[in-house]
Amino acid sequence: MKIIWKRSLLLSIMLFLCVTGLYASDDTPIDTGVTAWMLTSTALVLLMIPGLAMFYGGLVRSKNVLGTIMHSYVAMGIISILWVVVGYSMSFGSNVLGGFFGWNKDYFFLKGIDTNVLEAGVPEYVFSMFQGKFAIITPALIAGAFAERVTFKAYCIFIALWSLLVYNPLCHWVWAADGFLFNLGPKGAIDFAGGTVVHISAGISGLVAALYLGSRRGYPYQVIRPNNLVITMLGAGLLWVGWFGFNAGSSISSGLSTAQALTATQVAAAAGALSWIIIESFHQGKATALGFASGILAGLVAVTPAAGVVQPYGALILGIVASMLCYTAIQVKNRLGYDDSLDAFGIHGIGGIVGALFLSFFIRPSWMKEAAAASSDGTWTIWNQLGIQAIAVIIAIGFTAVMTFIIIFLLNKVVKFKASEDDEMAGLDRSYHGERGYGMLNPS
Amino acid sequence: MKLITAIIREVQLDRVREALIAAEITRITVSRVSGHGQQRIEEMYRGQRIVPDLIPKIRIEIAVNDGFVDITVDAILKSARTNGSGSVGDGKIFITPLEECIRIRTGERGGTAI
Repeated sequence: MKIIWKRSLLLSIMLFLCVTGLYASDDTPIDTGVTAWMLTSTALVLLMIPGLAMFYGGLVRSKNVLGTIMHSYVAMGIISILWVVVGYSMSFGSNVLGGFFGWNKDYFFLKGIDTNVLEAGVPEYVFSMFQGKFAIITPALIAGAFAERVTFKAYCIFIALWSLLVYNPLCHWVWAADGFLFNLGPKGAIDFAGGTVVHISAGISGLVAALYLGSRRGYPYQVIRPNNLVITMLGAGLLWVGWFGFNAGSSISSGLSTAQALTATQVAAAAGALSWIIIESFHQGKATALGFASGILAGLVAVTPAAGVVQPYGALILGIVASMLCYTAIQVKNRLGYDDSLDAFGIHGIGGIVGALFLSFFIRPSWMKEAAAASSDGTWTIWNQLGIQAIAVIIAIGFTAVMTFIIIFLLNKVVKFKASEDDEMAGLDRSYHGERGYGMLNPS
Repeated sequence: MKLITAIIREVQLDRVREALIAAEITRITVSRVSGHGQQRIEEMYRGQRIVPDLIPKIRIEIAVNDGFVDITVDAILKSARTNGSGSVGDGKIFITPLEECIRIRTGERGGTAI
Protein backbone atom coordinates (compact mmCIF):
# COMPACT_ATOMS: atom_id res chain seq x y z
CA MET A 1 0.00 0.00 0.00
CA LYS A 2 2.79 2.32 1.01
CA ILE A 3 4.71 1.47 -2.12
CA ILE A 4 1.74 2.19 -4.31
CA TRP A 5 1.25 5.54 -2.62
CA LYS A 6 4.93 6.36 -3.14
CA ARG A 7 4.72 5.35 -6.76
CA SER A 8 1.70 7.48 -7.48
CA LEU A 9 3.36 10.42 -5.76
CA LEU A 10 6.41 9.94 -7.94
CA LEU A 11 4.22 9.66 -11.00
CA SER A 12 2.31 12.82 -10.19
CA ILE A 13 5.57 14.71 -9.62
CA MET A 14 6.85 13.49 -12.94
CA LEU A 15 3.62 14.46 -14.66
CA PHE A 16 3.74 17.85 -12.98
CA LEU A 17 7.31 18.33 -14.17
CA CYS A 18 6.33 17.29 -17.66
CA VAL A 19 3.40 19.64 -17.74
CA THR A 20 5.39 22.55 -16.39
CA GLY A 21 8.08 21.59 -18.87
CA LEU A 22 5.53 22.11 -21.63
CA TYR A 23 3.89 25.30 -20.50
CA ALA A 24 5.86 27.08 -17.82
CA SER A 25 8.73 28.07 -20.10
CA ASP A 26 6.10 29.15 -22.69
CA ASP A 27 7.83 27.03 -25.30
CA THR A 28 5.42 25.50 -27.78
CA PRO A 29 6.59 22.00 -28.72
CA ILE A 30 8.06 21.68 -32.17
CA ASP A 31 5.86 19.79 -34.61
CA THR A 32 8.49 17.93 -36.57
CA GLY A 33 6.10 17.07 -39.42
CA VAL A 34 5.15 20.68 -40.08
CA THR A 35 8.71 21.87 -39.55
CA ALA A 36 10.06 19.32 -42.02
CA TRP A 37 7.60 20.43 -44.69
CA MET A 38 8.31 24.12 -44.02
CA LEU A 39 12.06 23.50 -44.33
CA THR A 40 11.41 21.73 -47.63
CA SER A 41 9.16 24.58 -48.81
CA THR A 42 11.79 27.15 -47.91
CA ALA A 43 14.31 25.31 -50.08
CA LEU A 44 11.74 24.91 -52.88
CA VAL A 45 10.97 28.64 -52.97
CA LEU A 46 14.69 29.40 -53.08
CA LEU A 47 14.93 27.03 -56.07
CA MET A 48 12.51 29.30 -57.92
CA ILE A 49 15.08 32.08 -58.05
CA PRO A 50 17.67 30.18 -60.11
CA GLY A 51 14.61 28.98 -62.04
CA LEU A 52 13.59 32.56 -62.72
CA ALA A 53 17.19 33.41 -63.63
CA MET A 54 17.16 30.65 -66.24
CA PHE A 55 13.70 31.56 -67.48
CA TYR A 56 14.64 35.20 -68.01
CA GLY A 57 18.25 34.42 -68.99
CA GLY A 58 17.21 32.35 -71.97
CA LEU A 59 14.86 35.02 -73.29
CA VAL A 60 17.40 37.81 -73.79
CA ARG A 61 20.12 38.21 -76.40
CA SER A 62 23.37 36.34 -75.83
CA LYS A 63 25.25 39.51 -74.88
CA ASN A 64 22.93 40.04 -71.90
CA VAL A 65 22.54 36.51 -70.60
CA LEU A 66 24.78 36.84 -67.55
CA GLY A 67 23.56 40.33 -66.70
CA THR A 68 19.98 39.06 -66.72
CA ILE A 69 20.80 35.99 -64.65
CA MET A 70 22.63 38.25 -62.19
CA HIS A 71 19.49 40.34 -61.73
CA SER A 72 17.96 37.32 -60.02
CA TYR A 73 21.08 36.09 -58.26
CA VAL A 74 22.10 39.43 -56.79
CA ALA A 75 18.62 39.67 -55.24
CA MET A 76 19.45 36.51 -53.27
CA GLY A 77 22.38 38.41 -51.81
CA ILE A 78 20.92 41.86 -51.22
CA ILE A 79 17.41 40.96 -50.09
CA SER A 80 18.55 38.09 -47.84
CA ILE A 81 20.72 40.50 -45.86
CA LEU A 82 18.08 43.23 -45.76
CA TRP A 83 15.46 40.72 -44.67
CA VAL A 84 17.50 39.58 -41.69
CA VAL A 85 18.41 43.13 -40.68
CA VAL A 86 15.03 44.90 -40.95
CA GLY A 87 12.79 43.20 -43.53
CA TYR A 88 11.23 40.57 -41.28
CA SER A 89 10.64 43.17 -38.59
CA MET A 90 9.05 45.63 -41.00
CA SER A 91 6.82 42.91 -42.44
CA PHE A 92 5.80 40.90 -39.40
CA GLY A 93 6.34 43.26 -36.45
CA SER A 94 3.41 45.09 -34.90
CA ASN A 95 1.94 48.23 -36.46
CA VAL A 96 3.99 51.41 -36.30
CA LEU A 97 3.45 54.74 -38.09
CA GLY A 98 -0.28 54.11 -38.24
CA GLY A 99 0.24 50.62 -39.60
CA PHE A 100 2.30 51.71 -42.61
CA PHE A 101 4.72 48.93 -41.71
CA GLY A 102 5.54 46.84 -38.68
CA TRP A 103 8.36 46.83 -36.17
CA ASN A 104 9.50 44.50 -33.43
CA LYS A 105 12.86 45.05 -31.84
CA ASP A 106 13.28 41.29 -31.35
CA TYR A 107 13.21 40.86 -35.12
CA PHE A 108 16.00 43.38 -35.73
CA PHE A 109 18.85 41.14 -36.98
CA LEU A 110 16.47 38.32 -35.90
CA LYS A 111 18.30 38.54 -32.60
CA GLY A 112 15.35 37.81 -30.32
CA ILE A 113 13.91 34.71 -32.00
CA ASP A 114 16.73 32.27 -31.36
CA THR A 115 14.47 29.89 -29.43
CA ASN A 116 11.01 31.03 -30.58
CA VAL A 117 8.54 28.45 -31.77
CA LEU A 118 5.37 29.56 -33.55
CA GLU A 119 1.90 28.33 -32.62
CA ALA A 120 1.99 26.02 -35.64
CA GLY A 121 4.94 24.21 -34.04
CA VAL A 122 7.51 25.66 -36.41
CA PRO A 123 10.68 27.43 -35.22
CA GLU A 124 10.32 31.11 -36.06
CA TYR A 125 13.64 31.03 -37.90
CA VAL A 126 12.07 28.69 -40.45
CA PHE A 127 9.04 30.93 -40.97
CA SER A 128 11.28 33.97 -41.24
CA MET A 129 13.53 32.34 -43.85
CA PHE A 130 10.50 31.00 -45.75
CA GLN A 131 9.04 34.51 -45.97
CA GLY A 132 12.48 35.88 -46.84
CA LYS A 133 12.49 33.87 -50.08
CA PHE A 134 9.28 35.61 -51.14
CA ALA A 135 10.96 38.94 -50.49
CA ILE A 136 13.85 37.85 -52.74
CA ILE A 137 11.83 36.65 -55.69
CA THR A 138 9.52 39.66 -55.90
CA PRO A 139 12.06 42.33 -56.92
CA ALA A 140 13.78 39.74 -59.13
CA LEU A 141 10.50 39.37 -61.06
CA ILE A 142 10.46 43.11 -61.82
CA ALA A 143 13.79 42.77 -63.64
CA GLY A 144 11.97 41.10 -66.54
CA ALA A 145 10.23 44.37 -67.40
CA PHE A 146 13.43 46.33 -67.97
CA ALA A 147 15.73 43.50 -69.05
CA GLU A 148 18.73 44.27 -71.28
CA ARG A 149 18.91 47.98 -70.53
CA VAL A 150 19.71 48.94 -66.93
CA THR A 151 22.99 49.55 -65.13
CA PHE A 152 23.92 46.94 -62.57
CA LYS A 153 24.69 49.46 -59.84
CA ALA A 154 21.36 51.27 -60.12
CA TYR A 155 19.51 47.95 -60.24
CA CYS A 156 21.10 46.87 -56.96
CA ILE A 157 20.11 50.11 -55.24
CA PHE A 158 16.65 49.96 -56.78
CA ILE A 159 15.77 46.50 -55.49
CA ALA A 160 17.08 47.39 -52.02
CA LEU A 161 14.92 50.54 -51.84
CA TRP A 162 11.95 48.80 -53.44
CA SER A 163 12.13 45.97 -50.96
CA LEU A 164 12.20 48.41 -48.02
CA LEU A 165 9.59 50.87 -49.25
CA VAL A 166 7.19 48.74 -51.28
CA TYR A 167 7.50 45.06 -50.45
CA ASN A 168 7.81 45.24 -46.66
CA PRO A 169 4.86 47.60 -46.10
CA LEU A 170 2.64 45.68 -48.55
CA CYS A 171 3.63 42.37 -46.99
CA HIS A 172 2.76 43.81 -43.58
CA TRP A 173 -0.67 45.00 -44.71
CA VAL A 174 -1.61 41.70 -46.30
CA TRP A 175 -0.03 39.05 -44.09
CA ALA A 176 0.77 40.46 -40.66
CA ALA A 177 -1.85 39.68 -38.00
CA ASP A 178 -2.57 43.41 -37.55
CA GLY A 179 -2.21 44.38 -41.21
CA PHE A 180 -5.23 46.36 -42.41
CA LEU A 181 -5.85 44.30 -45.55
CA PHE A 182 -5.52 41.11 -43.49
CA ASN A 183 -8.44 42.38 -41.39
CA LEU A 184 -10.63 43.76 -44.17
CA GLY A 185 -14.10 42.16 -44.16
CA PRO A 186 -15.02 39.21 -41.93
CA LYS A 187 -12.17 36.93 -43.03
CA GLY A 188 -9.82 39.40 -44.64
CA ALA A 189 -8.75 40.03 -48.22
CA ILE A 190 -7.69 36.63 -49.56
CA ASP A 191 -4.08 36.46 -50.62
CA PHE A 192 -2.98 32.95 -49.86
CA ALA A 193 0.57 32.96 -51.18
CA GLY A 194 1.23 36.36 -52.67
CA GLY A 195 -1.05 37.38 -55.53
CA THR A 196 -1.07 41.02 -54.45
CA VAL A 197 2.13 41.08 -52.39
CA VAL A 198 4.32 39.33 -54.95
CA HIS A 199 2.78 39.24 -58.40
CA ILE A 200 0.63 42.35 -58.68
CA SER A 201 3.28 44.46 -56.97
CA ALA A 202 6.07 43.11 -59.19
CA GLY A 203 4.00 43.36 -62.36
CA ILE A 204 2.81 46.91 -61.75
CA SER A 205 6.26 48.09 -60.70
CA GLY A 206 7.70 46.51 -63.80
CA LEU A 207 5.20 48.33 -65.97
CA VAL A 208 5.96 51.68 -64.31
CA ALA A 209 9.70 51.09 -64.65
CA ALA A 210 9.44 49.98 -68.29
CA LEU A 211 7.38 53.06 -69.18
CA TYR A 212 9.67 55.43 -67.29
CA LEU A 213 12.95 54.02 -68.63
CA GLY A 214 11.80 53.67 -72.22
CA SER A 215 12.46 50.83 -74.59
CA ARG A 216 15.60 49.01 -75.60
CA ARG A 217 17.64 50.35 -78.47
CA GLY A 218 16.06 49.28 -81.74
CA TYR A 219 12.79 48.04 -80.18
CA PRO A 220 10.42 47.16 -81.80
CA TYR A 221 11.93 47.49 -85.30
CA GLN A 222 15.00 45.37 -84.69
CA VAL A 223 14.19 41.73 -84.07
CA ILE A 224 15.21 40.75 -80.54
CA ARG A 225 15.33 36.98 -80.30
CA PRO A 226 15.76 34.72 -77.26
CA ASN A 227 19.30 33.34 -77.10
CA ASN A 228 18.45 29.98 -75.60
CA LEU A 229 14.91 28.70 -75.16
CA VAL A 230 16.25 25.45 -73.71
CA ILE A 231 17.34 27.15 -70.49
CA THR A 232 14.06 29.09 -70.51
CA MET A 233 12.13 25.81 -70.52
CA LEU A 234 14.32 24.36 -67.76
CA GLY A 235 13.73 27.52 -65.77
CA ALA A 236 9.96 27.28 -66.23
CA GLY A 237 10.14 23.67 -65.02
CA LEU A 238 12.06 24.67 -61.90
CA LEU A 239 9.52 27.42 -61.25
CA TRP A 240 6.67 24.92 -61.44
CA VAL A 241 8.42 22.58 -58.99
CA GLY A 242 9.37 25.43 -56.68
CA TRP A 243 5.82 26.76 -56.72
CA PHE A 244 4.69 23.81 -54.58
CA GLY A 245 6.79 25.26 -51.81
CA PHE A 246 5.50 28.73 -52.62
CA ASN A 247 1.80 27.78 -52.46
CA ALA A 248 1.56 24.60 -50.40
CA GLY A 249 4.17 25.97 -47.98
CA SER A 250 2.08 29.09 -47.46
CA SER A 251 -0.40 27.03 -45.43
CA ILE A 252 2.26 26.99 -42.66
CA SER A 253 1.07 23.51 -41.84
CA SER A 254 1.38 20.01 -43.10
CA GLY A 255 -2.15 18.77 -43.47
CA LEU A 256 -5.42 19.27 -45.28
CA SER A 257 -4.91 22.88 -46.29
CA THR A 258 -1.45 21.99 -47.62
CA ALA A 259 -2.95 19.24 -49.76
CA GLN A 260 -5.67 21.57 -51.03
CA ALA A 261 -3.15 24.22 -52.06
CA LEU A 262 -0.87 21.66 -53.68
CA THR A 263 -3.68 20.23 -55.80
CA ALA A 264 -4.98 23.63 -56.88
CA THR A 265 -1.44 24.62 -57.91
CA GLN A 266 -0.94 21.58 -60.12
CA VAL A 267 -4.34 21.92 -61.79
CA ALA A 268 -4.02 25.63 -62.51
CA ALA A 269 -0.52 25.31 -63.98
CA ALA A 270 -1.60 22.51 -66.29
CA ALA A 271 -4.80 24.31 -67.34
CA GLY A 272 -2.88 27.53 -67.99
CA ALA A 273 -0.21 25.83 -70.08
CA LEU A 274 -2.68 23.84 -72.17
CA SER A 275 -5.01 26.74 -72.82
CA TRP A 276 -2.08 28.98 -73.84
CA ILE A 277 -0.93 26.60 -76.58
CA ILE A 278 -4.51 26.02 -77.73
CA ILE A 279 -5.14 29.78 -78.03
CA GLU A 280 -1.80 30.17 -79.78
CA SER A 281 -2.51 27.35 -82.22
CA PHE A 282 -5.71 29.04 -83.32
CA HIS A 283 -4.20 32.51 -83.43
CA GLN A 284 -0.70 31.91 -84.85
CA GLY A 285 -0.95 28.37 -86.18
CA LYS A 286 1.77 26.85 -84.00
CA ALA A 287 2.00 25.64 -80.42
CA THR A 288 5.27 27.08 -79.16
CA ALA A 289 7.46 25.90 -76.30
CA LEU A 290 7.69 29.44 -74.96
CA GLY A 291 3.89 29.62 -75.11
CA PHE A 292 3.62 26.50 -72.97
CA ALA A 293 6.08 27.96 -70.47
CA SER A 294 4.18 31.25 -70.40
CA GLY A 295 0.93 29.38 -69.80
CA ILE A 296 2.49 27.49 -66.89
CA LEU A 297 3.45 30.80 -65.34
CA ALA A 298 0.10 32.47 -66.02
CA GLY A 299 -1.74 29.58 -64.37
CA LEU A 300 0.62 29.46 -61.39
CA VAL A 301 0.46 33.21 -60.86
CA ALA A 302 -3.34 33.23 -60.95
CA VAL A 303 -3.68 30.38 -58.46
CA THR A 304 -1.17 31.92 -56.05
CA PRO A 305 -3.66 34.09 -54.14
CA ALA A 306 -6.37 31.45 -54.52
CA ALA A 307 -4.63 28.18 -53.65
CA GLY A 308 -6.01 28.08 -50.12
CA VAL A 309 -9.66 28.68 -50.95
CA VAL A 310 -10.46 27.17 -54.36
CA GLN A 311 -11.23 23.59 -55.25
CA PRO A 312 -9.69 21.88 -58.29
CA TYR A 313 -12.46 22.94 -60.74
CA GLY A 314 -11.97 26.56 -59.64
CA ALA A 315 -8.21 26.30 -60.11
CA LEU A 316 -8.81 24.87 -63.59
CA ILE A 317 -10.99 27.81 -64.59
CA LEU A 318 -8.54 30.30 -63.05
CA GLY A 319 -5.72 28.79 -65.13
CA ILE A 320 -7.74 29.05 -68.34
CA VAL A 321 -8.92 32.62 -67.69
CA ALA A 322 -5.41 33.72 -66.71
CA SER A 323 -3.91 32.35 -69.94
CA MET A 324 -6.64 33.98 -72.04
CA LEU A 325 -6.19 37.40 -70.45
CA CYS A 326 -2.37 37.28 -70.25
CA TYR A 327 -2.19 36.25 -73.91
CA THR A 328 -4.48 39.15 -74.81
CA ALA A 329 -2.44 41.55 -72.67
CA ILE A 330 0.73 40.63 -74.54
CA GLN A 331 -0.98 41.16 -77.90
CA VAL A 332 -2.15 44.57 -76.69
CA LYS A 333 1.38 45.37 -75.50
CA ASN A 334 2.72 44.62 -78.96
CA ARG A 335 0.13 47.02 -80.41
CA LEU A 336 0.88 49.77 -77.92
CA GLY A 337 4.60 49.33 -78.42
CA TYR A 338 5.93 49.85 -74.89
CA ASP A 339 8.84 47.61 -74.00
CA ASP A 340 7.97 45.31 -71.09
CA SER A 341 10.82 43.11 -72.33
CA LEU A 342 9.99 39.76 -70.74
CA ASP A 343 6.33 40.49 -69.92
CA ALA A 344 6.62 40.93 -66.18
CA PHE A 345 3.40 42.95 -66.31
CA GLY A 346 1.72 40.82 -68.97
CA ILE A 347 2.11 37.62 -66.95
CA HIS A 348 2.59 38.60 -63.30
CA GLY A 349 0.56 41.79 -63.24
CA ILE A 350 -2.41 40.55 -65.24
CA GLY A 351 -2.23 36.98 -63.89
CA GLY A 352 -2.09 38.26 -60.31
CA ILE A 353 -5.09 40.55 -60.82
CA VAL A 354 -7.09 37.78 -62.50
CA GLY A 355 -6.34 35.41 -59.62
CA ALA A 356 -7.06 37.90 -56.85
CA LEU A 357 -10.44 38.92 -58.32
CA PHE A 358 -11.79 35.75 -59.95
CA LEU A 359 -11.01 33.56 -56.97
CA SER A 360 -14.11 35.07 -55.34
CA PHE A 361 -16.34 32.94 -57.57
CA PHE A 362 -14.75 29.62 -56.61
CA ILE A 363 -14.28 29.85 -52.85
CA ARG A 364 -15.10 26.55 -51.14
CA PRO A 365 -18.45 26.66 -49.30
CA SER A 366 -16.97 25.96 -45.86
CA TRP A 367 -14.88 29.14 -46.11
CA MET A 368 -17.94 31.18 -47.06
CA LYS A 369 -19.87 29.75 -44.11
CA GLU A 370 -17.10 30.79 -41.72
CA ALA A 371 -17.03 34.25 -43.29
CA ALA A 372 -20.81 34.55 -42.94
CA ALA A 373 -20.61 33.51 -39.29
CA ALA A 374 -17.91 36.11 -38.67
CA SER A 375 -19.72 38.93 -40.45
CA SER A 376 -21.96 41.38 -38.59
CA ASP A 377 -25.29 40.34 -40.13
CA GLY A 378 -24.53 36.63 -40.61
CA THR A 379 -24.50 36.66 -44.42
CA TRP A 380 -21.58 36.91 -46.78
CA THR A 381 -21.85 36.53 -50.57
CA ILE A 382 -19.27 36.14 -53.29
CA TRP A 383 -20.05 39.72 -54.33
CA ASN A 384 -19.15 40.98 -50.86
CA GLN A 385 -15.85 39.12 -51.06
CA LEU A 386 -15.25 40.35 -54.61
CA GLY A 387 -15.58 43.89 -53.28
CA ILE A 388 -12.97 43.19 -50.59
CA GLN A 389 -10.67 41.62 -53.18
CA ALA A 390 -11.10 44.61 -55.50
CA ILE A 391 -10.20 47.03 -52.69
CA ALA A 392 -7.04 45.05 -51.93
CA VAL A 393 -6.08 44.91 -55.62
CA ILE A 394 -6.66 48.63 -56.17
CA ILE A 395 -4.66 49.54 -53.06
CA ALA A 396 -1.80 47.27 -54.15
CA ILE A 397 -1.81 48.73 -57.68
CA GLY A 398 -2.00 52.35 -56.54
CA PHE A 399 0.58 52.01 -53.80
CA THR A 400 3.19 50.11 -55.84
CA ALA A 401 2.75 52.32 -58.90
CA VAL A 402 3.23 55.56 -56.98
CA MET A 403 6.08 54.31 -54.77
CA THR A 404 7.95 52.70 -57.66
CA PHE A 405 7.68 55.89 -59.67
CA ILE A 406 9.04 57.96 -56.77
CA ILE A 407 11.93 55.52 -56.18
CA ILE A 408 12.97 55.43 -59.84
CA PHE A 409 12.55 59.17 -60.27
CA LEU A 410 14.76 60.00 -57.29
CA LEU A 411 17.25 57.21 -57.90
CA ASN A 412 17.69 58.35 -61.49
CA LYS A 413 18.84 61.75 -60.20
CA VAL A 414 21.71 60.12 -58.30
CA VAL A 415 22.68 57.04 -60.31
CA LYS A 416 21.89 56.67 -63.99
CA PHE A 417 19.35 53.83 -64.14
CA LYS A 418 19.27 53.27 -67.87
CA ALA A 419 22.39 51.88 -69.47
CA SER A 420 24.19 54.23 -71.87
CA GLU A 421 23.74 53.51 -75.55
CA ASP A 422 27.28 52.13 -75.85
CA ASP A 423 26.90 49.89 -72.80
CA GLU A 424 23.58 48.62 -74.07
CA MET A 425 24.99 47.80 -77.49
CA ALA A 426 28.03 46.08 -76.03
CA GLY A 427 25.71 44.09 -73.74
CA LEU A 428 25.31 43.98 -69.98
CA ASP A 429 27.73 41.05 -69.64
CA ARG A 430 30.65 42.92 -71.08
CA SER A 431 29.76 46.37 -69.77
CA TYR A 432 29.00 45.56 -66.14
CA HIS A 433 30.44 42.14 -65.46
CA GLY A 434 33.46 41.86 -67.79
CA GLU A 435 32.51 38.32 -68.75
CA ARG A 436 30.79 36.46 -71.53
CA GLY A 437 28.04 33.90 -71.04
CA TYR A 438 28.86 31.60 -73.91
CA GLY A 439 32.03 30.63 -75.73
CA MET A 440 32.03 30.96 -79.46
CA LEU A 441 28.39 30.88 -80.42
CA ASN A 442 27.03 32.83 -83.32
CA PRO A 443 25.73 36.26 -82.41
CA SER A 444 21.99 36.54 -82.03
CA MET B 1 32.24 42.03 -108.43
CA LYS B 2 34.11 42.17 -105.17
CA LEU B 3 33.96 40.30 -101.88
CA ILE B 4 34.33 42.65 -98.95
CA THR B 5 35.40 40.95 -95.72
CA ALA B 6 35.46 43.11 -92.62
CA ILE B 7 36.80 42.03 -89.23
CA ILE B 8 35.30 44.30 -86.58
CA ARG B 9 34.83 44.58 -82.83
CA GLU B 10 31.92 42.57 -81.43
CA VAL B 11 30.51 45.64 -79.72
CA GLN B 12 30.37 47.59 -82.97
CA LEU B 13 28.19 45.03 -84.74
CA ASP B 14 24.95 46.89 -84.11
CA ARG B 15 26.37 50.20 -85.31
CA VAL B 16 27.93 48.67 -88.44
CA ARG B 17 24.71 46.86 -89.32
CA GLU B 18 22.70 50.00 -88.89
CA ALA B 19 25.15 51.96 -91.06
CA LEU B 20 25.03 49.29 -93.78
CA ILE B 21 21.25 49.19 -93.72
CA ALA B 22 21.20 52.99 -93.96
CA ALA B 23 23.46 52.71 -97.04
CA GLU B 24 21.01 50.11 -98.43
CA ILE B 25 23.49 47.26 -98.17
CA THR B 26 21.32 44.55 -96.69
CA ARG B 27 22.71 41.25 -97.95
CA ILE B 28 25.40 40.30 -95.50
CA THR B 29 26.77 37.26 -93.71
CA VAL B 30 27.95 37.61 -90.12
CA SER B 31 30.03 35.16 -88.14
CA ARG B 32 31.80 35.07 -84.84
CA VAL B 33 35.52 34.54 -85.21
CA SER B 34 38.60 34.90 -83.06
CA GLY B 35 42.05 36.10 -83.85
CA HIS B 36 44.52 38.71 -82.91
CA GLY B 37 46.20 41.76 -84.27
CA GLN B 38 47.78 44.46 -82.17
CA GLN B 39 45.01 44.69 -79.58
CA ARG B 40 45.06 43.32 -76.00
CA ILE B 41 41.87 43.09 -73.96
CA GLU B 42 41.23 41.96 -70.43
CA GLU B 43 38.41 39.86 -69.03
CA MET B 44 37.65 39.05 -65.42
CA TYR B 45 37.07 35.55 -64.07
CA ARG B 46 36.72 35.10 -60.31
CA GLY B 47 38.57 38.33 -59.71
CA GLN B 48 41.50 37.38 -61.90
CA ARG B 49 42.34 39.50 -64.89
CA ILE B 50 42.90 37.40 -67.96
CA VAL B 51 44.29 38.51 -71.30
CA PRO B 52 43.05 36.01 -73.88
CA ASP B 53 45.47 35.02 -76.67
CA LEU B 54 42.71 35.03 -79.21
CA ILE B 55 40.28 37.89 -79.13
CA PRO B 56 36.66 37.37 -80.22
CA LYS B 57 35.76 39.40 -83.30
CA ILE B 58 32.95 39.61 -85.78
CA ARG B 59 33.50 38.87 -89.46
CA ILE B 60 31.14 40.41 -91.97
CA GLU B 61 31.16 39.24 -95.58
CA ILE B 62 29.46 41.24 -98.28
CA ALA B 63 29.51 40.48 -102.00
CA VAL B 64 28.88 43.63 -104.06
CA ASN B 65 28.99 44.90 -107.61
CA ASP B 66 31.93 47.21 -108.32
CA GLY B 67 29.83 50.38 -108.04
CA PHE B 68 28.91 49.61 -104.43
CA VAL B 69 32.40 48.95 -103.08
CA ASP B 70 33.05 52.51 -101.93
CA ILE B 71 29.63 52.97 -100.37
CA THR B 72 30.05 49.78 -98.38
CA VAL B 73 33.60 50.52 -97.29
CA ASP B 74 32.66 54.05 -96.23
CA ALA B 75 29.73 52.79 -94.19
CA ILE B 76 31.94 50.27 -92.37
CA LEU B 77 34.79 52.74 -91.82
CA LYS B 78 32.46 55.31 -90.34
CA SER B 79 30.66 52.93 -88.03
CA ALA B 80 33.38 50.51 -86.91
CA ARG B 81 35.75 53.15 -85.59
CA THR B 82 35.71 53.72 -81.85
CA ASN B 83 36.61 56.79 -79.78
CA GLY B 84 36.04 59.15 -82.70
CA SER B 85 39.42 58.92 -84.36
CA GLY B 86 39.74 55.14 -84.08
CA SER B 87 41.75 52.92 -81.76
CA VAL B 88 43.84 49.77 -81.89
CA GLY B 89 41.59 46.76 -82.36
CA ASP B 90 38.94 48.39 -84.55
CA GLY B 91 39.65 45.78 -87.21
CA LYS B 92 40.37 45.53 -90.93
CA ILE B 93 38.62 45.43 -94.25
CA PHE B 94 39.77 43.09 -97.03
CA ILE B 95 38.56 43.46 -100.61
CA THR B 96 39.07 40.54 -102.96
CA PRO B 97 37.98 40.03 -106.59
CA LEU B 98 34.95 37.79 -106.89
CA GLU B 99 35.04 35.44 -109.82
CA GLU B 100 31.43 34.34 -109.95
CA CYS B 101 28.17 34.62 -108.06
CA ILE B 102 25.27 32.22 -108.60
CA ARG B 103 21.79 32.43 -107.12
CA ILE B 104 20.84 28.89 -106.19
CA ARG B 105 17.09 29.36 -106.63
CA THR B 106 17.21 30.51 -110.27
CA GLY B 107 20.67 29.62 -111.46
CA GLU B 108 21.31 33.27 -112.43
CA ARG B 109 24.98 34.20 -112.65
CA GLY B 110 27.05 37.34 -112.33
CA GLY B 111 26.09 40.85 -111.21
CA THR B 112 22.32 40.32 -111.22
CA ALA B 113 22.63 37.45 -108.79
CA ILE B 114 24.17 39.62 -106.06
